[in-house]
Amino acid sequence: MVEAIDIGMVNWARALFALTAMYHWIFVPLTLGLSWIIAFYETIYYRTGDESWSRLTKFWMKLFGINFAIGVATGIILEFEFGTNWSNYSWMVGDIFGAPLAIEGIAAFFLESTFFAVMFFGWNRVSKKFHLFSTYMVAVGSNLSALWILVANAWMQHPVGMVFNPDTARFEMQDIMAVILSPIAVSKFTHTTSSSFVMASLFVISISSWYLFKQRHQLLAKRSIVVAATFGIVASLFVGFSGDEAAYEDAKHQPMKLAAFEGHFEGDSPSGLVALGIVNTKKQPGDDLQSFHFKLKIPGMLSILAQRSTTGYVAGINDLVYGNEAEGVMGVEQKIPLGKIAVQSLADYKAAQKSGDEAAAANALQTFRENEAYFGYGFLEKPEDSVPNVGIMFYSFHIMVILAGLFIIVFALFLFFVYKGNIEHLKWLLMAGLPMFFLGIIAQEAGWVVAEVGRQPWAIQDMLPVSIARTNLDSGTVATTFFMFVALFTALLIAEVKIMITQIKKGPEEVK
Amino acid sequence: MIENLELATLQEIWWILIATLGAVFLFLNFVQGGQTLLFDVAKTEDEKTLIVNSLGRKWELTFTTLVTFGGAIFASFPKLYSTSFGGAYWVWTIILFSFIIQAVSYEYRKKPNNFLGQKGYESFLLINGVVGVLLIGAAVGTFFTGANFKLNEYNFVTWTHSLRGLEAAFNYFNLSLGLFLVFNARVLGAQYLLNNLDFNSVPELEDRLRKSTFMNFLIELVFLLVVLVSLLVMSGYGVAENGQIELMSYKFAGNLIANPLNIILLLIGLGLVIWSVYITKFKDANNGIWFGGTGTVLVGLVVFFLVGFNNSCIYPSLTHPQTSLTIYNASSTHYTLTVMTYVAFLIPFVIAYVAYVWRAMDLRKLSLDDLKEKAY
Repeated sequence: MVEAIDIGMVNWARALFALTAMYHWIFVPLTLGLSWIIAFYETIYYRTGDESWSRLTKFWMKLFGINFAIGVATGIILEFEFGTNWSNYSWMVGDIFGAPLAIEGIAAFFLESTFFAVMFFGWNRVSKKFHLFSTYMVAVGSNLSALWILVANAWMQHPVGMVFNPDTARFEMQDIMAVILSPIAVSKFTHTTSSSFVMASLFVISISSWYLFKQRHQLLAKRSIVVAATFGIVASLFVGFSGDEAAYEDAKHQPMKLAAFEGHFEGDSPSGLVALGIVNTKKQPGDDLQSFHFKLKIPGMLSILAQRSTTGYVAGINDLVYGNEAEGVMGVEQKIPLGKIAVQSLADYKAAQKSGDEAAAANALQTFRENEAYFGYGFLEKPEDSVPNVGIMFYSFHIMVILAGLFIIVFALFLFFVYKGNIEHLKWLLMAGLPMFFLGIIAQEAGWVVAEVGRQPWAIQDMLPVSIARTNLDSGTVATTFFMFVALFTALLIAEVKIMITQIKKGPEEVK
Repeated sequence: MIENLELATLQEIWWILIATLGAVFLFLNFVQGGQTLLFDVAKTEDEKTLIVNSLGRKWELTFTTLVTFGGAIFASFPKLYSTSFGGAYWVWTIILFSFIIQAVSYEYRKKPNNFLGQKGYESFLLINGVVGVLLIGAAVGTFFTGANFKLNEYNFVTWTHSLRGLEAAFNYFNLSLGLFLVFNARVLGAQYLLNNLDFNSVPELEDRLRKSTFMNFLIELVFLLVVLVSLLVMSGYGVAENGQIELMSYKFAGNLIANPLNIILLLIGLGLVIWSVYITKFKDANNGIWFGGTGTVLVGLVVFFLVGFNNSCIYPSLTHPQTSLTIYNASSTHYTLTVMTYVAFLIPFVIAYVAYVWRAMDLRKLSLDDLKEKAY
């Protein structure tokens, strides 16, 4: 299918996508969450007519705008990178994957960008009511765009609603509702948006803590905290709920991802969850090494997480790679030969068609259909290639979970003390509040690492490995682009941070 | 009801929708054109501020249209998406680059402590307005002149030119189309600003914008003539009766005549652009943008129709013509096109709220006083 695979190119292209996505994801959660928080502030202003709420709204809106611009800038690249660096992918799944992207443009981006102009420049040009409506539309639009792109991403994790067409050599959509309502799409959307609300709340908490610490803009800071901490605590609980659901779905559809982020090599039942541990990075599938240098395990917990039962069997990496007949687990080792048959029969089918040999074509097609489910595995060289990096996965997952737990406590404390009325005197709490936003970024990025590194080596789970999904480019070209973007994004990030800090130092407008 | 349509009908509907998005994008390029006017038409800081703020209320519409254009091609003609973006790698990457740097420039340009300085961000706007638009023109030009690719039996693309798409800019037709778009965008930019600004505090700017409209139109006219005459005489790739793809003499002249609608749209479009420049320069009119914009959309539609219909190739391969793309072999399936057509019913609502907001926001002309409250 593809003559010589240039792994260097694949890795550069992966690095470029990871770079773009990770830069993009510093800014986007803030947009998704802050847009609601600002809308809540403006609602209070609209209801009370109190000008200090208007100043507060405008202050957060200013920071929102600085952040929004760079989110937009990094976003456009992602859409087109599918085409430039992953063109085989774009062809093979464009019939399905393109749709949510186009819907995102038509149904969400225009909403966002049209009402963004009103939200920012419409204060004296439209009625208060229409302005408030516009602010809500920006929140709705940005979250709708998240919905569509996450539907697209979820489909890569768990491809549904399509069939492979050997004549066009691509997957073709059969059921859009299956794509949109796939359980992975639902849990991905709820988990991602709610965690974005958490991150935006942390942003408000961090900046407000700094003001209280410096004894500046105290009223604004306290009012900001009330709304943000309330929003944050509700969102946090939802993050926990949807995260649990996401792990359960992983167990069903991406068991390798679950096994990797738990460092779970040997399947067992009941299965314990490693709460804390130090991964033995030398450990490889099939060897006798210990998987952890140290670990703290909660008995039976992984069974509950993955199987919703205290005794459920949870397959480990070794089972998934080499198979475990007793537990009914088919291993990658058994899937590869079937995949190779599928790949070869597709080639035979193409060749037979070209030469006009209909009988041979029909024969080859039948063989292909029988082994189609393993098609993607035919491109893997060895079973061990199906295992993502366990160290990265384990730490990313656990950092994310621990931070998520911490955030609930932080929101609760802030809410409690701001109601008690003495928060400005609690230096320890304000100090603790300062770095929360950065921890939020770390939790967000870690979450995406779990989702995306955990999908490796697949571009489309079980169907299409990244080595086939790529564009036929040489690695030098992609490496050049990578460094171009590193330079550009870094310059823009520095600019963003400098501008943001200057505006935060400046603070909201004072009463005239 | 949509599901009962023939596949070919859906493919044609979607090419018309893609053409419409593309044509509207060319109109909305008044933002890019306006950005370049910062450097020759604006003389004072106040004038610059006014121009940036006026464009700054619209740039996202253009940007969003580009993103939607990309998404719509991905969904409706994935083979065009994968072949062109993956193949003509550098030309698209540089276009994207020019839009990334645009996206932050409005917001960051005047902010204190902005790292790259006001001049830095203004140069980003210039690069976007010149290089971005020029290369978009060159890329669209390859729909007519062809590109250097081959597809294997799995429809995977291999590019056969070492410049990976940038070679498009060295073809006189593509280059002329690009330059035509650059100057057309400048004409539209000047017309938009004339419509949008309150000139009481910057009276000289109005005059300069009128002059600029006219001068840029004259330059535009040269490239337009090159493009039009070339189109009438050049050969183009099409599907012959035997199903083979061939280079055909006077292909686009033939396409033009084959459907009188093309000729009507083209003549009305060109007429409107000329009329808009005339009333802007000689009648002191400030509403030229509406005629110039509509004219641009109509001409843009004809450009896309000429390569899309009448058995033409939307993306001809110069090295392996039989793998050339047509709207019939590059599209999504009947099912996906049906779903997407239902989604397209949202477009009128989108246009309605964009128009409503545009009107509500622009009822009063933008003046320096407005910028005291909130400005870029």
